[in-house]
Amino acid sequence: MLKYVLLIIAMGFVTYIPRMLPMVLLNGVKLPSRLKTFLGYIPFAALGALIFPGILSSTGDTASAICGLAAAVALSLARLNVMFVVAGGIAAVYLYQLFI
Amino acid sequence: MKKLFSFKEGLKAGIPIAVGYLPVAIAFGLMAKAAGIPNYVGILMSIIIYAGASQFVGVNLLMLGTASWEIVLTTFILNLRHFLMSASLSQSLKPDSKKALLPLVSFGVTDETFTVASMNTGDKLDINYLLGLNLIAYGAWNLGTWCGLFLASGLPQSLKDSMGIALYAMFIGLLVPSAAKSKPVLIIGLTAAAVHTFIRLLPLFAGLSAGWGIIISTIIAAAVGAYLYPQEEVQDA
Repeated sequence: MLKYVLLIIAMGFVTYIPRMLPMVLLNGVKLPSRLKTFLGYIPFAALGALIFPGILSSTGDTASAICGLAAAVALSLARLNVMFVVAGGIAAVYLYQLFI
Repeated sequence: MKKLFSFKEGLKAGIPIAVGYLPVAIAFGLMAKAAGIPNYVGILMSIIIYAGASQFVGVNLLMLGTASWEIVLTTFILNLRHFLMSASLSQSLKPDSKKALLPLVSFGVTDETFTVASMNTGDKLDINYLLGLNLIAYGAWNLGTWCGLFLASGLPQSLKDSMGIALYAMFIGLLVPSAAKSKPVLIIGLTAAAVHTFIRLLPLFAGLSAGWGIIISTIIAAAVGAYLYPQEEVQDA
């Protein structure tokens, strides 16, 4: 038991450090404007990298994933709340797998 | 942006994250159970580590009998991307945020809480909003883990497969409206997706872990953005 617990604590520690250090050290610190711009762009860049290509293998088959992707993009372009985008994406994949 | 970004707003913004986390966490619980490791290992992982991919990989490596140091190193590399996200959040969090709370809210930085917080609040992120967001996401992750471990096989496979798209759909719902309004956002998002796809396809990078793939493509795309569009002109996107 001790072996497992120690391992989990070590895994938690190495996960926590990168999460904690920048926020604690950099909040309220004025950074050079280029760096600040770069950090401001990180969310958009991270979203792009997180979505693609991972989405293609998220449902078990690529065709249904593309169907869900198309539905989610269409619903977002219609400016629907994220909740509906999520529901619509799930529904599109479910219906696709049900009928095709 | 006139909304007050309170604790309650954070809880509400976290609902799509919770919807996405539940099935993934249930799957994690099921996998931990199937792997034949004691239940408390899965439970503790979700409480202490709280990072999806590395928990799956951790259980998998445990099953294979991998050395502990190797499991810890893999976890570190997989989650190193949060370093970038935390650095970015440090700048969007109001400068007068309560310092004592920073170590607590930073524990809750995930791909999902980071993107939701950044996209919804721009650079006026309130620490209470982040607390609410973290709480609902963390709650859903741990609840799902318990469900997977103790409530048998649960959902039918077809529904689980469809739920697999949930978090991706949320990412799309966060990115697409901004990208439709702002060219820099569009370019940065597409660059990241293209670079990441490239990395995944090239045999040269076959040994690269998922964490590194995301780190490298995120850095390249954000740097391209900072080079092409030096003034941040997208904050209210």
